[in-house]
Amino acid sequence: MSEPAARRTVIIDETVRVHHLLDREEVLGPLMLAPLLIYLVALVGLPLLFVFIYSFSDATTGSDTFNFVGLETFQKTIADPVFQVALRNTVVFTVIAQAVVIVLATILGFVLSANFRGKWFVRFLILLPWTTPVALSALAWLWMLDSLFSPFNWILGQVHLIDQGTPVAWLGQDSLAVASVVALQAWRTLPLAAVILMAGLTSIPPELNEQAEVDGAGFWRRFFDITMPLLAPIMMVAILFGIVATFTDMAAVYILTRGGPGDATQVLGSWSFYTGIQGGSLAQGAAIGIFMFPVLLGVCILMLRRASRTDAF
Amino acid sequence: MAEVEVRDIRKSFGGGSAAVDGISLTCGNGEYLVLLGPSGCGKTTLLRMIAGLEHPTGGDILIGGRSVRGLPPRARKIAMVFQSYALYPHKKVEQNISFPLEAQGMSREERIEKVKWASGLLGIGHLLQRKPRQLSGGERQRVALARALVREPQVFLLDEPLSNLDAKLRASARLELKQFQQRVGISTIYVTHDQVEAMGLGDRIAVLNQGRLQQVGTPEEIYHRPANTFVATFVGSPPMNLVSRDGKLVGFRPENIELEKTAGSRDDAAVFHSRVLRIENLGADRYVYLRVQDDKGDTNIIAKLPIDHPLHVAADDDADVIVRKRHLRMFDRDSGEETAA
Repeated sequence: MSEPAARRTVIIDETVRVHHLLDREEVLGPLMLAPLLIYLVALVGLPLLFVFIYSFSDATTGSDTFNFVGLETFQKTIADPVFQVALRNTVVFTVIAQAVVIVLATILGFVLSANFRGKWFVRFLILLPWTTPVALSALAWLWMLDSLFSPFNWILGQVHLIDQGTPVAWLGQDSLAVASVVALQAWRTLPLAAVILMAGLTSIPPELNEQAEVDGAGFWRRFFDITMPLLAPIMMVAILFGIVATFTDMAAVYILTRGGPGDATQVLGSWSFYTGIQGGSLAQGAAIGIFMFPVLLGVCILMLRRASRTDAF
Repeated sequence: MAEVEVRDIRKSFGGGSAAVDGISLTCGNGEYLVLLGPSGCGKTTLLRMIAGLEHPTGGDILIGGRSVRGLPPRARKIAMVFQSYALYPHKKVEQNISFPLEAQGMSREERIEKVKWASGLLGIGHLLQRKPRQLSGGERQRVALARALVREPQVFLLDEPLSNLDAKLRASARLELKQFQQRVGISTIYVTHDQVEAMGLGDRIAVLNQGRLQQVGTPEEIYHRPANTFVATFVGSPPMNLVSRDGKLVGFRPENIELEKTAGSRDDAAVFHSRVLRIENLGADRYVYLRVQDDKGDTNIIAKLPIDHPLHVAADDDADVIVRKRHLRMFDRDSGEETAA
């Protein structure tokens, strides 16, 4: 009789001890953070460290020789005309895509925060591109921009803007290929920006706009003098997210154009991949990738500053 | 300056009962009219319709004799102060005050002149370079008033501007508001749920309940001659006592009660037999809670007696409540409307 009773006490004791352990913040905190930290160190931190090490070496995928060569790889990289195109493209694509996004996202933000029938369905449609993996949506765009099967060509043909017999090769001409890549980047970063701006718009107290209305301001004055300044900090967040997503992306270019025609749509991400992985020059691939670093560092600093400021209203 | 008139105005937000259910009301030239009522009575909706922020479902609004139906807020020559003051958080005080002038397209020199005038009037000249978040509640109110004043509107609309202030500040802000309005003499419509504010500020008070106008009158009229039992019990603290007698509701104010152990029968007063439940000492006054026998059984009433007045009864004593006839108000038991004695 007494033995099971004693065992029960032990079990209770143990559960109490475990509970006690989980009640202690200095144990629970690190425990909960550990998975994230391990993930960040193993899959972000270490690769980043390797990129820095490789970029000062002559490492290739073909041999196991590894010598530090100082800045030689960087000198070679900068001298490469394709790299110069890729660097310029990366900046230009990001700037144009995000400029387009911020205008469209503001409009969509207003649409999303407005009250109308079927609102959830519109929200769903706007959010859809964001939930689709880049590779998948890029494939869909690849088909839409195909010179033979493009629905754009079909529509343009139907309204007689182009001749049905000579379809537009969307990805075959430099300028059109550039426009296509920019459009894809804008299209896929738009939903998140729109949702962020929607949240920003709904956080502005409605009586500020009503007050401005009573004070005699028309729509545009209210928009530029009241709404925009109050929305600016949140818009900044949306832009920073968009810059990170566009600046580092290689999937869109890789699937849509392979950097072509020629190297007209090459970006840092894709050129780093082609040089380092497909071309086998690990060192140079790493060096190309390093050029993303200053921009991303700047974005990080701005983000952290933003996050530490809490005096929105 | 202008007269504001609403004619049989209605507003329903779709489904259910109307928020404002046919109100007709006039705010005279330079008058201080207070809209008083419990939350959800339609007073803010009415104010927002006058401002042009809500569109009435029926009726008409006239400002200065002209119908403003369909006019946007900016065309109505009104100024509004919101409960939250709605100062533009990203603009300095100076820019906040000059915003309505900018919207008018006034020149820079004129604007500076006007801002100086308005801020001087409200004593906030030293705050012009601050941001709203650096101001105290009282300072914010003054900035909001300066912004309302600066374009010399025909009408001021104030939506519970004191409810964000703490109790201490509220009394002095109330005084300031009243003095300010007397100085500028602009017609003012002021919304509040606080009957003390209403009594203290209003030239006239309009009492609203459930979207309908209950009574309009001077504070004295509202207090001493309430039109129905709603007004009688909403205005005054503690509220008017209502006792059922001879098929009517008899109303009397707590401060008009005299208490005696036995009163006998009196010609000049009504006497109610009661039992003392509890006595509360509140410093200047004491509240005596009493249970009165009436037509319907027992009714609890409150007497408010000055502390220096001798009290001959204690808790659990029987006492006679004496109310002089001129202090008695009669109400219909079913409709609650005032009737003749």
